[in-house]
Amino acid sequence: MGKTLFEKIWAAHVVREMPDGLSLIYIDRHLVHEVTSPQAFEGLRLAGRQVRRPDLTFSTMDHNVPTTADRLAIADPISRAQVEALETNCRDFGITLYGLGDARQGIVHVIGPELGQTLPGLTIVCGDSHTSTHGAFGALAFGIGTSEVEHVLVTQTLVQRKPGTFKIEFTGRLAPHVWSKDMVLKLIGLIGTAGGTGYVLEYGGEAVRALSMEARMSICNMSIEAGARAGMIAPDETTFDYITGTERPFAPKGRDLERALDYWRTLPSDADAAHDRALTIDTAAIAPQVTWGTNPGMVIDIDQPVPAPDAAAGYSRDDVEKALDYMGLAPGVKLSDVPLDVVFIGSCTNSRIEDLRQAAAVLDGRRKAEHVELLVVPGSEQVRQQAEAEGLDRIFKAAGAQWRFAGCSMCLGMNPDQLRPQQRCASTSNRNFEGRQGKGGRTHLVSPEMAAAAAVAGKFVDIRTWLE
Amino acid sequence: MTPFTTHTGIVATLNRANVDTDAIIPKQFLKSIKRTGYGPNAFFDWRYTADGQPDPDFELNQPRFEGRSILVTRNNFGCGSSREHAVWALAQDGYRVIIAPRIQRDGKRLPGFADIFRSNTTKNGVLAVELPEEAVDTIFTLVAENPGLKATVDLTTLKAAFHGPGPTEFDFEIEPGAREQLLKGLDDIDLTLHHVEAIDRFEAHHETWL
Repeated sequence: MGKTLFEKIWAAHVVREMPDGLSLIYIDRHLVHEVTSPQAFEGLRLAGRQVRRPDLTFSTMDHNVPTTADRLAIADPISRAQVEALETNCRDFGITLYGLGDARQGIVHVIGPELGQTLPGLTIVCGDSHTSTHGAFGALAFGIGTSEVEHVLVTQTLVQRKPGTFKIEFTGRLAPHVWSKDMVLKLIGLIGTAGGTGYVLEYGGEAVRALSMEARMSICNMSIEAGARAGMIAPDETTFDYITGTERPFAPKGRDLERALDYWRTLPSDADAAHDRALTIDTAAIAPQVTWGTNPGMVIDIDQPVPAPDAAAGYSRDDVEKALDYMGLAPGVKLSDVPLDVVFIGSCTNSRIEDLRQAAAVLDGRRKAEHVELLVVPGSEQVRQQAEAEGLDRIFKAAGAQWRFAGCSMCLGMNPDQLRPQQRCASTSNRNFEGRQGKGGRTHLVSPEMAAAAAVAGKFVDIRTWLE
Repeated sequence: MTPFTTHTGIVATLNRANVDTDAIIPKQFLKSIKRTGYGPNAFFDWRYTADGQPDPDFELNQPRFEGRSILVTRNNFGCGSSREHAVWALAQDGYRVIIAPRIQRDGKRLPGFADIFRSNTTKNGVLAVELPEEAVDTIFTLVAENPGLKATVDLTTLKAAFHGPGPTEFDFEIEPGAREQLLKGLDDIDLTLHHVEAIDRFEAHHETWL
């Protein structure tokens, strides 16, 4: 019997089998940010321990940092203390840090791939659930808690139970104006926010093979919203072109690259490999998706009405009533009739150059609706620089958008970029939980193109007909 | 870490599915660089009104749950963000045990807990117990009908006993590794450091491409 992509990587990283079905697995990259690491470093200091492999550990600031031009002077003293703690910790323990003001700073899941730290076949962890993003390269990448961050810092390993594998096959091709964000939202709508719990998702099929690396990252990013700690896509020529086609300082070069490519080509799942579960989705039938509720599984096609409390599959009447009440929506309403207050384009899901190009293509020659606040936040300083080189920033500003510096920003509102109570937001981020973007804020998850069109119309539109 | 062997306490219910870690501990409290001080902020947005007073409409604020240490809730508790702050907040707010249902419905499997959250509980001496859906429904009814209801959750015998008008007892299962760690209150970094020579040997021939 053949092996799956996941099984090959898992087998290559088992340091030792442990009792009770657990394995000690080796970690190739540990990405660290300011929010989930300070208590781990404190633990090291209290126990007198060192970081085992500072050379495999990389750090940036993204979650709580301001995105405005005056960002270097963080006004909030508590946020500033957290950023300074990371600076001290990286200095004391010899870890590379891309801090505020560094041209390589950005969202941890945007800069890892950009700098060539993310490669096929690696195990990658970070104290952030969206670490699943890196699985787009055919890596095993997953989020961990702070205790596990400390464990990896000290031992470069983790004790894990081997998860099952769940193959998601996207057959056919995407219809025009439908994107990988819509693919993953559709999937979560189908299997629910716990449908992937205990599994690693492997995405495949013609539609996935046709996607760019940026688009693949958006899918793997949201694996955790289906409950799966990791999502993966087998590496192929698209992956190798991304790694080798641009200068990526940490990617292998020369003979190392040749050796790496030989290895990476062995990684895709064997034809006779068996997955524990499988699901096939007809990609051509996917419409632009919009969430209506308070988790990413509460999602509909843009042309469907908001469901009645007893008509949302997988949710109790009570769940739906609570969600509709929080969202200020009535059953049967069309989301295209509901006015928006804020549009947020950014986050580790959709803040890469391709996402910004899609949004800019819609906004070029148009202007946001008067009542809408439009925020465009690049995922990294490199993305910002490239967007400015391409003139995208001028399109955004001409459309009335605020063009910001890199960070997580309004995806989770740890910095000053927050929704006010009852504000309704079209967001390219990954979570529409209660209060996620600001206490009382109402989040609808969409693709960058849908978000940009919503900013112009002042409400959701069906991008497929609106653009014509 | 404090070992967990057996715990007796008042049971409180939170009748919501898919309670995410943003709800358990909202973002503004994640700026702290400390491990402590999160307890009063657990469920902050639901727990307090705009003027900072306890919201009487929030289920867990009922006087009958005063002094509670066992939380019974619905499926997929702790989904979303990996923030261990969520477990710190619950533990520091006095919860030692969280019970949620494991559901099989329409071919879908709905676990009681999200993966990362469950892993974080074990590392903080909090016991996450999955019970069948009918058992959790029974507990919700028991709690509703018996103010101040207590339960004893015993990790050595893997039994959860509810001290209602008549005894109601449920067997539960837990991963053996997690049970061992909780029972002994083990520091898992210490445990792994016993294998440091194996890690050295592995590292000597392992390619990381850096």
